[in-house]
Amino acid sequence: MPLYHNDDQAMLADTARGFIAEEGNIAKQLRHWRDRNCKDGFGHGLWKQMAEMGFTGMLVEEADGGLGMGHVEAGIVLEEIGRNLTPSPFLTSAVLAATALKHGSEDMKGRYLPGLIAGDSVFAVAIDETAKHRPSRITTRAEKSGNGFKLSGAKSFVIHGGSADMIVVAARTSGSDEDADGITLFAVPKDASGMSHDVVRLVDSSMATHTKFDAVELDGDAVIGEIDGGRAVLDAMLLAGRVGAAAEGVGVARGAMDMTVDYLKQRKQFGKLIGEFQALQHRASHLYSEVEIARAATIKAQQLLDGGSAHADLMASVAKAKVAKTARLAVQEGVQMHGGIGMTDEYDIGLYMKRDRALAEFLGDAYFHANRVATLSGY
Amino acid sequence: MADLDTFRSETRAWLEANCPAEMREPVRDESDIYWGGRRATFKNDAQKAWLEACVAKGYTVPAWPKAYGGAGLSPAEAKVLREEMGRIGARPPLSSFGIWMLGPALLHFGTEGQKQRFLNEIARGEIRWCQGYSEPGSGSDLVSLQTFGEDKGDHWVVNGQKVWTSYADHADWIFCLVRTDKADKYQGITFMLFDMASEGVATKPILLISGNSPFCETFFDNVAVPKSYGEDCPAYVGQINRGWDVAKYLLGHEREMISGADGGDRTAGIGAAMKRHSAKLGDELDPVLRAELAMFDVDALAYTAMGEKFLDEIKVGKAHPAQPNMMKYAGTELNKRRHELMMAVGGSRSLEWDSEETEGGKPSRSWLRTKANSIEGGTSEVMLNVIAKRILDLPGA
Repeated sequence: MPLYHNDDQAMLADTARGFIAEEGNIAKQLRHWRDRNCKDGFGHGLWKQMAEMGFTGMLVEEADGGLGMGHVEAGIVLEEIGRNLTPSPFLTSAVLAATALKHGSEDMKGRYLPGLIAGDSVFAVAIDETAKHRPSRITTRAEKSGNGFKLSGAKSFVIHGGSADMIVVAARTSGSDEDADGITLFAVPKDASGMSHDVVRLVDSSMATHTKFDAVELDGDAVIGEIDGGRAVLDAMLLAGRVGAAAEGVGVARGAMDMTVDYLKQRKQFGKLIGEFQALQHRASHLYSEVEIARAATIKAQQLLDGGSAHADLMASVAKAKVAKTARLAVQEGVQMHGGIGMTDEYDIGLYMKRDRALAEFLGDAYFHANRVATLSGY
Repeated sequence: MADLDTFRSETRAWLEANCPAEMREPVRDESDIYWGGRRATFKNDAQKAWLEACVAKGYTVPAWPKAYGGAGLSPAEAKVLREEMGRIGARPPLSSFGIWMLGPALLHFGTEGQKQRFLNEIARGEIRWCQGYSEPGSGSDLVSLQTFGEDKGDHWVVNGQKVWTSYADHADWIFCLVRTDKADKYQGITFMLFDMASEGVATKPILLISGNSPFCETFFDNVAVPKSYGEDCPAYVGQINRGWDVAKYLLGHEREMISGADGGDRTAGIGAAMKRHSAKLGDELDPVLRAELAMFDVDALAYTAMGEKFLDEIKVGKAHPAQPNMMKYAGTELNKRRHELMMAVGGSRSLEWDSEETEGGKPSRSWLRTKANSIEGGTSEVMLNVIAKRILDLPGA
């Protein structure tokens, strides 16, 4: 398969770009909700519009009412979300939770997928337990209790946790903290008693929670996939999420780069456009080169994932790490080349810096994924 | 698809029957590479047999038309052939600047007569070409070149000096940028073809920091170059005074080639091999070095994807025309980093200059050789200038 978008995908990219630039732009969404101290940090109206566009059910099978598309398509939407810094539950709901729900029972799909496809429901995922992403260690426990389970423990960095109608929780049902086996995924509804959220606003104005589970009683039908066999589902969910986060990061990097290159063509100092200075030209050219490479790696990871390739996991980590490094470069160069106004809240470039920081941390940063590339490669 | 599958099985069978076992061994040194030319000798019978089989089949230049010595393969078929050769580790039967550089220029700009003569000679490995571009005073600013061809009616008299002429001392003919109009910088250069055995041509190898001399200084002292080699076979490519168009086209081609965009070893991750290498030396990777290798592998594997995307886009005309500059910049900087890391893993062993264990100082000589990657064919700084101007459209660039 060639590493560029086919005609259908190019058409989707046009549509998504126009729609998100119009409805999901920084003034209309990110600043709007931020400046109103919105408890969700995003607009439900836009989520509903995304549903009307068919975005929310992209990764849901046609048999389940979705569009049965792949990660190349989801990545197209995510890149535009990244470019516009659009706050939305797309990544956690339509990518991560939707991937987990593929492994759920028919009953569970019927319970949650229609709400996702309609843009009425928001889902979150609860994986991390400490300040860094470390899914190999899961200490939150679910003990068998009658026909169901009692869930106890604590999760952090649960994006949209306070707004979610359902949270996918990775918990341990057997074995010790570092064991690969013995994990079970649960779909925990928002009204589960014993679940409490400490809602925190993050640097990029997104909302996350520290979520506590105090003997939360769950029915047996809250289990996603097999009891004790949740690692495979968790890995599939993480893989989809990482590839998705990489695509969003490409959008952040491209958005910051485009804004910066435009600024180099407008700002005058010493009687010249600052874009005439070779010192800045070379840095902009280097950035362009890195962004192109990061985007290629991301599309490669999307295609491998859609094709069910065994190399998808390695390439996902390559893409996540490369994008994290590249978007970091883009926002740092962006703020620096904007000079003083880059430090003001009025200009958008600083918002890119904030978003990159939060997005790169989500599902593993450049260090985590570079280490993973080494481990998967055998060193 | 079915046709390609058939082609693949036929190709596999042909290679099985025609590629000698010795020609499936990795290339160990320069003598394993067959460059062709009037003075060429074969290292062994296998090298000769492999060349002759490929010449007969058109596989020294598989994508060229059959009329010019190729096999007329489509891009997809050529890719299958590359893959099948890669599968058995088959060496290229013939390496030459004629195949890589002059051939593409002639296919694009040449007359029918030039193609018939020169492309067939190249495909059969009969004539070895070298490239006369850079001059002592014209490196990055190539268009300022001064080697001058004085018009004498039916011929030119060429005087001047070229530098960094790869293997000029072994070459039979040269494709050479010569100024033919001193008044017009860009439209005063002619892309000439002439015999290195002509009276007044002299070459002198340049000893490099790697200890090798792949490049020469080349001197022209009143060299008479006829304007024509027969009917429909001018001694210049394109138009007189419009050689810069040909040169620019070829530079794009050269940058693409140096970038390593076509994959292969140069763009793969190295961490796992470095761990094994370190263990073989009785060491283990320092954790910080391992981390640097991991960061390198991220960049290298991402660049591999970029190379694949770039080639896919070129096939359908989707790539930005200046994108080879970006590929050359990123690919060569990456290759330099690769060799820095390989030297670090090798430790004091990699410092050895001519020991048997290092096959004559291969690690250090290769490391030094890579430093030219970001200079030859346009420096990294020139690449960044071109990206700024042609892709980012920055002012005054």
